[in-house]
Amino acid sequence: MTTDEQKAIESEIYAFIGQEVYPPTPAADDINEAMIRQWAEIMGDNNPAYLDKDWAAKSIRGTTISPPAMMYVWGQEGFQVTKGRALNAMSNLVSVFDKHGYTGVLGTNVKQEYFKEVNPGDNVTIEMIIDNISERKTTGRGTGYFFETLSTFTDQRGEKVGTQRFKVLKFIPQEQPSAVATEDKLDVPTRIASPRGHDNKWWWEACDDGKVLIQRCKSCQTLRHPPRPMCGECQSMEWDSIESTLDGEILSHTEIHHPKIPGYQYPLVCAVIKLAEGTNFVANIIGCSPSEVHIGMKVKGVLEQVDEKTMLPQFYPA
Amino acid sequence: MKEYKTLTRAEVAVGDKLPNADIDITTGLVVCGALATRDFEPVHHSKAAAQAVGLPDVFMNILTSQGLMTRFATDWSGPDAVVKSVDLRLGAPNIPGMLMTVSGEVTALDKDSGLVDLAVTGENNIWGMHMQGTVQLTLPKES
Repeated sequence: MTTDEQKAIESEIYAFIGQEVYPPTPAADDINEAMIRQWAEIMGDNNPAYLDKDWAAKSIRGTTISPPAMMYVWGQEGFQVTKGRALNAMSNLVSVFDKHGYTGVLGTNVKQEYFKEVNPGDNVTIEMIIDNISERKTTGRGTGYFFETLSTFTDQRGEKVGTQRFKVLKFIPQEQPSAVATEDKLDVPTRIASPRGHDNKWWWEACDDGKVLIQRCKSCQTLRHPPRPMCGECQSMEWDSIESTLDGEILSHTEIHHPKIPGYQYPLVCAVIKLAEGTNFVANIIGCSPSEVHIGMKVKGVLEQVDEKTMLPQFYPA
Repeated sequence: MKEYKTLTRAEVAVGDKLPNADIDITTGLVVCGALATRDFEPVHHSKAAAQAVGLPDVFMNILTSQGLMTRFATDWSGPDAVVKSVDLRLGAPNIPGMLMTVSGEVTALDKDSGLVDLAVTGENNIWGMHMQGTVQLTLPKES
């Protein structure tokens, strides 16, 4: 995007800062037990402070309260949003973003603070403004801007009940979203497939057959791993292999935290293992907590099926 | 009348782990959660609308995630605790068929005010982190 284009969108969007999305609007319904019951049943929330009047009467509060997380619920617009939202500063801001190609939308953060508890019979008024818009940012989803709305909630006495800050990223999508398969069942992600080339396919195929092999030079008997065409000692290209006992000792290890890759079980510990045969091997350490893994630890490998298409040696404390 | 226990500030320490909660993400929970929070955005009840934005199925709305996070915190603390704030960062969508495991830990405690910070994470078994954040509660002095 050229500087001129950036200036054009920024002059339009920053004009929205401070604008009102909702003027102070009392909720159509007072806080009531029927809506709380529906919410609590579905959330699986058995907190007696919400619905058990006998318990609440004897509690420190003396009465039931509305679940704090329902604060925004009372003022929701309702089923009409299925036919489109009312025009206001937020929908206008979104239109400006869309017009400039920032069509992607992603809610990223929501923070609610509660200043007082409210009870059945109280009425919550919501007021919302566009509080801030960030500078242009490059994110994993694409280039865009964060905008944040600030909602303020008051009760019928004008006392402040709480606030909500909601942050949304509007961005230029890196690729157009496409409809995904319509089967009811989700595909469970598998591990990254083993790359099988001319020089290492035989090794993975042996794994599939239940054997972990180590390549051996036919001329000088030197073992080598990972598989490759030529002996590093004598440059012979003749080779065969032996089967590993998978007895080993950890030379080095690390725990992978981020990013979490679909298909892998966490915690995920990767180690360089010195096998009894003498070659080094990279594999996962499982069967103990990451904090127990240490350099010099004796481990024993077992060839296991780790997902529907992958057989892989996994190492356990020996 | 059923008895409920609320943790007091003396009974809690930084580093305490909350018991994990496994939550099955069903179509019922997604759609009914959206209804219970009066969030009628079609992506939360219409599979076709969700697929039009590139997801395989309806996905959980934020207000349900907030509700589940609060429930997780007060299930641990007991009913006399007062929720002060929920600060939530959103990650991967929760879609029917997934299992979300919620875990948490006490990260700060002010013995005088009883204010406790809980770091809470909800991870689903397919796409990973769905929600991560901090719930603040005040615990009573004595039960």
